[in-house]
Amino acid sequence: MELYSLLREFADSWVLLFLTLFFLGVFVWAWRPGSRKTHDDIANSIFRHDQKPAAPAPQTEEA
Amino acid sequence: MWDYVKLIVLGTIAVLAAIAANFAHDLPYMVNAIVVMIAASLTFLWEIRHVGEVRLHPANEYMDGVVRAGVIATTFWGVVGFLVGVVIAFQLAFPSLNLGNITDGVLNFGRLRPLHTSAVIFAFGGNALIMSSFYIVQRTSGVRLWGGNLGWFVFWGWQLMIVLAATSYITGGTQGKEYAETVWYIDIWITIVWVAFLLVFMGTLWKRREPHIYVANWFLLSMIITVAMLHLVNNMAIPVSILSSQSVPVFSGVQDAMTQWWYGHNAVGFFLTAGFLGMMYYFVPKQAERPVYSYKLSIIHFWALIFLYIWAGPHHLHYTALPEWAGTLGMVFSIILWMPSWGGMINGLMTLSGAWDKLRTDPIIRMMVVSIGFYGMSTFEGPMMSIKAVNSLSHYTDWTIGHVHSGALGWNGMITFGALYFLTPRLWNRESLYSLKLVSWHFWLATIGIVLYASSMWVTGIMEGLMWREVDANGFLVNAFADTVAAKFPMYVVRGLGGGMFLTGALIMAFNLWMTVRAQPARAVINANNAVPAE
Repeated sequence: MELYSLLREFADSWVLLFLTLFFLGVFVWAWRPGSRKTHDDIANSIFRHDQKPAAPAPQTEEA
Repeated sequence: MWDYVKLIVLGTIAVLAAIAANFAHDLPYMVNAIVVMIAASLTFLWEIRHVGEVRLHPANEYMDGVVRAGVIATTFWGVVGFLVGVVIAFQLAFPSLNLGNITDGVLNFGRLRPLHTSAVIFAFGGNALIMSSFYIVQRTSGVRLWGGNLGWFVFWGWQLMIVLAATSYITGGTQGKEYAETVWYIDIWITIVWVAFLLVFMGTLWKRREPHIYVANWFLLSMIITVAMLHLVNNMAIPVSILSSQSVPVFSGVQDAMTQWWYGHNAVGFFLTAGFLGMMYYFVPKQAERPVYSYKLSIIHFWALIFLYIWAGPHHLHYTALPEWAGTLGMVFSIILWMPSWGGMINGLMTLSGAWDKLRTDPIIRMMVVSIGFYGMSTFEGPMMSIKAVNSLSHYTDWTIGHVHSGALGWNGMITFGALYFLTPRLWNRESLYSLKLVSWHFWLATIGIVLYASSMWVTGIMEGLMWREVDANGFLVNAFADTVAAKFPMYVVRGLGGGMFLTGALIMAFNLWMTVRAQPARAVINANNAVPAE
């Protein structure tokens, strides 16, 4: 089998399946239970560290 | 020691460039070699005056100098790019403006057109993306930019690329690939600068002090990586000579066309969409002072966009030698793209829910909202135009140009203006902008300018599409090509006026930003980085 046909075969089957499952997995992952708190935290991260980089090590407090 | 190595390298480059200019086989190569020689010499002089100086990179301060430079460069190249656009718009309406007798073709439409597209996309848009990336990745990671002065190398390297490309185009250098006109040695330089950009960005993410990577960085990173891949594949070519700007592409025929539009469409998809969505996901919530409407939706938006966009390129080649199945594939994926695009638009707009009153009081938010509106509109129009039946009418007409400009002026332009208005007072530590009234003037001039531009191009595009296909009772074509050109004249004038209004708005912005730095009182200084003198 020539290389093109081989790759084409592979792309049309296993790779297609993998990409589709990965894509669907993203939806599942985004809506996984308990993710709301994390997502709210990330969404609010833009309001931290506006003027200065975060302090090293214990990164809870920030001016 | 390192300083001396740099001096030797720069000196060698300057001498080699001078030799190359002397033995050049063609004009663009010679001009570019001279530009390289001048650039290397200037850098050499700068370097020799700073030998042995210790350059500080304090970890407790952001590296904002390079972002400030980016704000200036974005504004400058924006005005230049819009100006060239207005010139070529009027050249189409009044061909005598090509000035063929005086300039020997140097200022012909054919040479100024790539100058315009590259100036707005890569100079204005590119600088906007680099500066926003550097600003956003520092703030959302909570650390100083990685790589020391590598950020400055990216900035100046990119400006050099712009000057090389511009001087190459007007002296006749081109690869003949749309949005990838730059000749082989500029392509190599772009690769070097872009890899440095990737390193700075990744390095900063790597040492971040926030546990998560904010969604804006996902979009920006996908932009950097995908553009690198597109650039490398589409520009595979073998130079005719080390002393010539000419090269022979590795692909030929329909493979070359498909590679070109795989590149071309994803340059729109990743450079002008994913990158600018990164800007949207940071600057809109910041200006609205509330977090993004749905972080979950932004994750879906990201993955859906990058999964689907990469397949849409073949819709540029309907009814050509490209196999029909490939065109159908491109069309189908373009239509599926409606979903993530509109999801993203809704996410951006709904970020304002509960703060819609800001639309009345804050012209910057207004600019951002109109920008997202244009994102939604042009991502609706694009898939529609990719449908074969629609494409048979719209392709090769001015409708395409109108579509591109509603995206570029409306979406990319307006979100960048919003970002510039957001960044300038912060970066120069000023209380506020010089004048909100001037922002409103800019807003209305730009919006009305885009509306004039897009509507005139719809009318002329559909008109010429219908004229081209009109046949009489005996099956003969009714119109000659020149008939359509004559019929389009009034629309070309309207388009030029719309562009002129957009340019005027940008000039007002440049004045407003200048006065913000010059005349506005400074805020209390936080650290050395914020201590920017008010002239």
